[in-house]
Amino acid sequence: MNTVFALAGIVIKELYRRKDFYVLFVLTAVITIAAASVQFFHDSHIVRYVKDLCLLLIWISALLVTIAMAARQIPSERENRTIFPLLAKPVTRGQVILGKFLGCWLASGIALVVFYLFFAIVTGTREQNWPVLNYIQALLLQWIMLGIVTAMTLLGSIFLAAPSSTVTIVFTIVAGILFLGRHLNVVAIHNTEPLRDIIYTIYFLIPHLELFDVRERLVNDWGLVNWLDCLLAALYGAGYMMLFLLLAWLGFRRKNLSVS
Amino acid sequence: MESILRTENLCVEYRARGLRQETKTALKGLTISVGTGEIFGFLGPNGAGKTTAINVLLGFIPPTKGSASLFGIDVRQPIARQRIGYLPELTYYYKFLSAEELLGFYAKIFKIPCAEADKRIDQLLKLVELEHARKRLIKTYSKGMQQRVGLAQALINNPDLLVLDEPTSGLDPLGRMKVRQIIQRLKSEGKTVFFSSHELGEVETICDRVAIIHEGELKGIGTVSDIVGQHHGNLEKAFLDIIGYQSQSTL
Repeated sequence: MNTVFALAGIVIKELYRRKDFYVLFVLTAVITIAAASVQFFHDSHIVRYVKDLCLLLIWISALLVTIAMAARQIPSERENRTIFPLLAKPVTRGQVILGKFLGCWLASGIALVVFYLFFAIVTGTREQNWPVLNYIQALLLQWIMLGIVTAMTLLGSIFLAAPSSTVTIVFTIVAGILFLGRHLNVVAIHNTEPLRDIIYTIYFLIPHLELFDVRERLVNDWGLVNWLDCLLAALYGAGYMMLFLLLAWLGFRRKNLSVS
Repeated sequence: MESILRTENLCVEYRARGLRQETKTALKGLTISVGTGEIFGFLGPNGAGKTTAINVLLGFIPPTKGSASLFGIDVRQPIARQRIGYLPELTYYYKFLSAEELLGFYAKIFKIPCAEADKRIDQLLKLVELEHARKRLIKTYSKGMQQRVGLAQALINNPDLLVLDEPTSGLDPLGRMKVRQIIQRLKSEGKTVFFSSHELGEVETICDRVAIIHEGELKGIGTVSDIVGQHHGNLEKAFLDIIGYQSQSTL
């Protein structure tokens, strides 16, 4: 595990030495603060819109940071050839995949903590209310979702050479799952065979990322989700993470690293 | 003398990926053996298969046929690389790290305890004369400095075998001299060095034995004095004779 943690440490160092995260954080902060400073007709419920907007920006920013970071890990190791001195050490390709995954996942967790602290400060100052447990639950669920996305992106980056292609494809898939995933079974019912079976198969195969989205509960102060349900969601997420990592390892294990 | 690096009838073919491409044979039955404490020069013109052989030895690519082992362990096993240090031809390191951080990272990979790693990092940075720049990011280093960081990372685990791929390529005369001094110092410590190079004068000075390959085939192997003696001149003449090069004036 030492090697895996050492590799993860490098990914985290890279995150705080690059500008991507800071740019997205500043952008999120500026838009939220600008929105929070607006008062329409002295509407006391306007804080809900601010919360909704801030959480939406957090979701988009966290997804962008995570996907962009995970997509470049393996391709940049190959392109910059840093993979060669690394694999010349007693390091297996499986450890490289695991280390990269762990690094990206931990880094996205750090980014989420920063985002949620900002969210708590913004909403707390407006509402004079600090539902800390709700924030922690939302953060944890989103972090598990980002774990699935990280593993999915790493898998994509094994087969697609250009990080930009991986980012585009994974972002489209994730957006598609978040917006349409929960409705696919309804769409399937309204279709005839064989399309119905195909849509049903997709419905049962895709990771339902929307299960980890509790933004509405935060915005409307609906209280906590049952922690047992959270645990089940975590196990569901862990299953997908393992599946994607296994596929990534199978793809990377025999990959001919272009050497000349 | 115990053999710590061995290849047996090593063949590597790069399979054609398209209809218009042909299968390229990079190595044709390479058999070499390097003993403990030797400085072994691996020579050949560009495209001869030197880097391919090194890539097989380091487990980057699998051989199509034959076998390769380090310390008697098949190179496909990661544990075979526990006691080796590798310096690539060009500097391929995380440029967002400082030299100190990079060496610390590789020390963790070798599971070197923290206190020992710190001591070792200090010694290596002193050896490659980079103490003054230890906290600077590698991206701000000159090429020579990056090459020296490379040498330091290759030595972090105090390896018994060093694999150096063109260690002096692109360095100025002072940089070359420093690398040469380090290699000779390693020899005096009983380390084995396997290195590929184009610098024949350098090879002649520091190598105990050399192997010359051309178009993937081993054309000659032996001590420098034997090879030079057989061709009545210096190593450059012997090298050109062995690879079958004829100059314009001769033609």
